[in-house]
Amino acid sequence: MMNSTEPQKIALEAALSAVPGPRAWSTFRDSLRLNIDAISLVPTMTRLREVGLNMLIDLTAVDLLEYADATDRYRMVYQLLDTESGARVEVRTHVNDPEPKLPTMTTLWSSANWMEREAYDMFGIVFTGHPNAKRLLLPDEFASFPLRKDYPVKGRGERHNFPVVTRSES
Amino acid sequence: MSSNIQPASNGLFWTTLDAAANWSRANSLWPMPFATACCGIELMSTSASKHDLSRFGSEVMRFSPRQCDLMIVAGRVVMKMLPVLQRIWLQMPEPKWCISMGACACSGGVFDTYAVVQGIDRFMPVDIYVPGCPPRPEQLIAAIIELQAKIQKTGTLRATEFADRTTPEGPARFDGDELVRIRDRNPVQFNLPVYDPRH
Repeated sequence: MMNSTEPQKIALEAALSAVPGPRAWSTFRDSLRLNIDAISLVPTMTRLREVGLNMLIDLTAVDLLEYADATDRYRMVYQLLDTESGARVEVRTHVNDPEPKLPTMTTLWSSANWMEREAYDMFGIVFTGHPNAKRLLLPDEFASFPLRKDYPVKGRGERHNFPVVTRSES
Repeated sequence: MSSNIQPASNGLFWTTLDAAANWSRANSLWPMPFATACCGIELMSTSASKHDLSRFGSEVMRFSPRQCDLMIVAGRVVMKMLPVLQRIWLQMPEPKWCISMGACACSGGVFDTYAVVQGIDRFMPVDIYVPGCPPRPEQLIAAIIELQAKIQKTGTLRATEFADRTTPEGPARFDGDELVRIRDRNPVQFNLPVYDPRH
């Protein structure tokens, strides 16, 4: 029996034939995944945008530290949607320490703006070419990236770093 | 009526200025609702018709700190909010009091994470703590009655009782590296169940 994502995969593979770099397809619960190298992220995403995946639903990162089989440190996950046909594709790529860096997707989907800022805020992944590359949620002076697996859950004491107002001086 | 206010035989009252000031201050508290989370819902319920906080002389909620003398911190306070909270507190005119409402404002509650302040009393003075998650409106009313008793007992006309409170009143400050040491003492267990990243 043919997998229900197989026609979509064949069509996308044809559309991406001009894009260099290795591609690995996989399927999870009727949704198609595409694993690519970070170097071919921009041409791949540009092509996917051209063939109708016009909405970036979600963009997030995963820290693969302490995963047994992981070969890379950070995984970027892009969820794409074709709003006309309803087709969805998940694109994955990987980056590594010491300078996790990826090109921005804000040129293709402006919804990437805040999501990339959040990914930078929590994981420290730098998005080159981002129009407003600063932290989204945490204070600007926050020095760490708290969703990295090597960051302690209770923090490194940032939550205690405030002046104390006593009753006599207030 | 306070026991310091005594009826005299000729139909007049005699009292001290302190007691008169305390009596009027305690019975017209103007709360500043600093509601950041679900405790704020209980705070609204407390002042709404069913529980009717105005029966106890503190119904005038004002959203400007300049017009308030009782700060009710209802909800968790995170790193970005704490400077705001301190600034609002400093903007309130004397004399003023603070109620820390709910587990999160008192101790951080279940949010023992990098961003949540573990009790506002570490960084600003607190007069009454209200436990609960969230506390019932009755508990907040009880806290306000308790605060009224405290004002009548300790207040002075010129609010000089606050000058003695020169030291931080909350728990001792965390050593900045303490949490790192806790982490080092309990290193990550590498024999945890293994998750396949590819499902």
